Amino acid sequence: MSYNLDTLYRQVIMDHYKNPRNKGAIDGDALTIDMNNPTCGDRIQLHLQVEDDIVKDVKFDGEGCSISMSSASMMTQAIKGKKLDDALKMSKLFSEMMMGEDIDAGDLELEDIEALQGVSKFPARIKCATLAWKAMEKGVHKE
Amino acid sequence: MDVKAIREQFPVLHQEVNGHPLVYLDSSATSQKPLSVIQAVDEYYRQHNSNVHRGVHTLGSRATDLYEGAREKVRRFINADSTAEVIFNRGTTTGINTVAQSYARQNLTAGDEIVITPMEHHSNIIPWQQAAKATRATLKYIPLQADGTVALEDVRNTITANTKVVAVTHVSNVLGTVNPVKEIAQIAHENGAVILIDGAQGAPHMNVDVKELDCDFYAFSGHKMCAPTGIGVLYGKKKLLNEMEPVEFGGEMIDFVNLYDSTWKELPWKFEGGTPIIADAIGLGAAIDFLNEVGMDNILHHEKVLADYAMEKMNEIDGLTIYGPESRAALVTFNLADVHPHDTATVLDAEGIAVRAGHHCAQPLMRWLDVTATARASFYLYNTKEDIDHLVDGLLKTKEYFGDVL
Repeated sequence: MSYNLDTLYRQVIMDHYKNPRNKGAIDGDALTIDMNNPTCGDRIQLHLQVEDDIVKDVKFDGEGCSISMSSASMMTQAIKGKKLDDALKMSKLFSEMMMGEDIDAGDLELEDIEALQGVSKFPARIKCATLAWKAMEKGVHKE
Repeated sequence: MDVKAIREQFPVLHQEVNGHPLVYLDSSATSQKPLSVIQAVDEYYRQHNSNVHRGVHTLGSRATDLYEGAREKVRRFINADSTAEVIFNRGTTTGINTVAQSYARQNLTAGDEIVITPMEHHSNIIPWQQAAKATRATLKYIPLQADGTVALEDVRNTITANTKVVAVTHVSNVLGTVNPVKEIAQIAHENGAVILIDGAQGAPHMNVDVKELDCDFYAFSGHKMCAPTGIGVLYGKKKLLNEMEPVEFGGEMIDFVNLYDSTWKELPWKFEGGTPIIADAIGLGAAIDFLNEVGMDNILHHEKVLADYAMEKMNEIDGLTIYGPESRAALVTFNLADVHPHDTATVLDAEGIAVRAGHHCAQPLMRWLDVTATARASFYLYNTKEDIDHLVDGLLKTKEYFGDVL
């Protein structure tokens, strides 16, 4: 159908939406961060388990559109096992990507996240994509 | 009603969005503006701009006449007794807050009740939550019927002798329910309560006669009825307004200022602290002229035809859920199968069709509907059956698109 929709709804995004990775809660000690997008009603609950400044485990729960939920799924996949500093660096890269900037990830593995690049062309949806990352940043700053 | 000629008056409608002619179905959020309104504001700034109610110069008099002339137009539009009962403000939210902060805080005490419904917009919930907290009054809800309407029996059972304020919406911005506000006003009065009607979705679409409704307060917004953003109206019965304290203090609203005490101007200026919203009030006057020329009864009839047509066509879409009663104002709130409303709205936008997606500032109602969000198509005097056909085509495409990728 439309000329530009496929740049938004990439196959890999729909796959994460349909089969979210790291969905659920963490058994044992974990930091829980709730975040809403008050303008649209999307909400995410992020569970973050950090040991020695490394994301040992991360899971999410929530309700929202394909973009917010797939972005959450991809984010958890990307930061799991990473140093907190690197997780924050990735978040910064993601923000830049949402602003339509060319990014250089260096050594950081962005994995599927680059599929979300097309969101930058849909300004109304950028907040959907950044919700999970904002929650993660909030959690890391709490640590 | 010549919709084609009406559409000619709205420049914004004549454009392409994402390669398609714009189909604007979001008038419940804000309406588009006709040329006469745009020109009235333009002319004011080009020829008359000046502050009102002060100074003796010619421009000041002209601006004052135009501003107060707009107030008279509003008075006639809602059939108020006097322009003293027509307060200009920023919009419905400000109007409700004025009553909640002034009337409610002055008159309510522990044990008193404020009665609202679960279908209210946030702006007719939160001011009452805050007033209830401040006065230790109780906030109560009239339960809804399964189809999203209000039964008068439930109104009678909820409003008691302890109820001091009833606040209900004239038309639900989500369900399209048109509430029996005249009957609710009567029940409120029988119990000694005052009633405020949230007219944000009422005044733009139908004849409103505040005397016939016998409401104590009626709040509405200009921008949903062809006027600029930033101008609204609070109607209040003179007796009540006279007894109420202002909520904003400063210039424009004073009579005599002493070092340690001051007195207030008479109505309606007592509630209009600061330089008023002059240009946009004049724009509202022009919008009222425009709507009157088309005729509010014609508008209501046109919208009824559109709402019926939309219900008929949208009900044919397999997997589409419509929220609210069969008989409704000119809006349809829906969800399309498992597609999230944001995604629906994005696909429709790619087709040039503007709909709203989200919680529509009615989170308690979303929970009552047991959904997190919905999509909404809303219609106004410039919409056509063809617009609805485009919507239906767009929804079928959305289904097909997500059928492939999901």
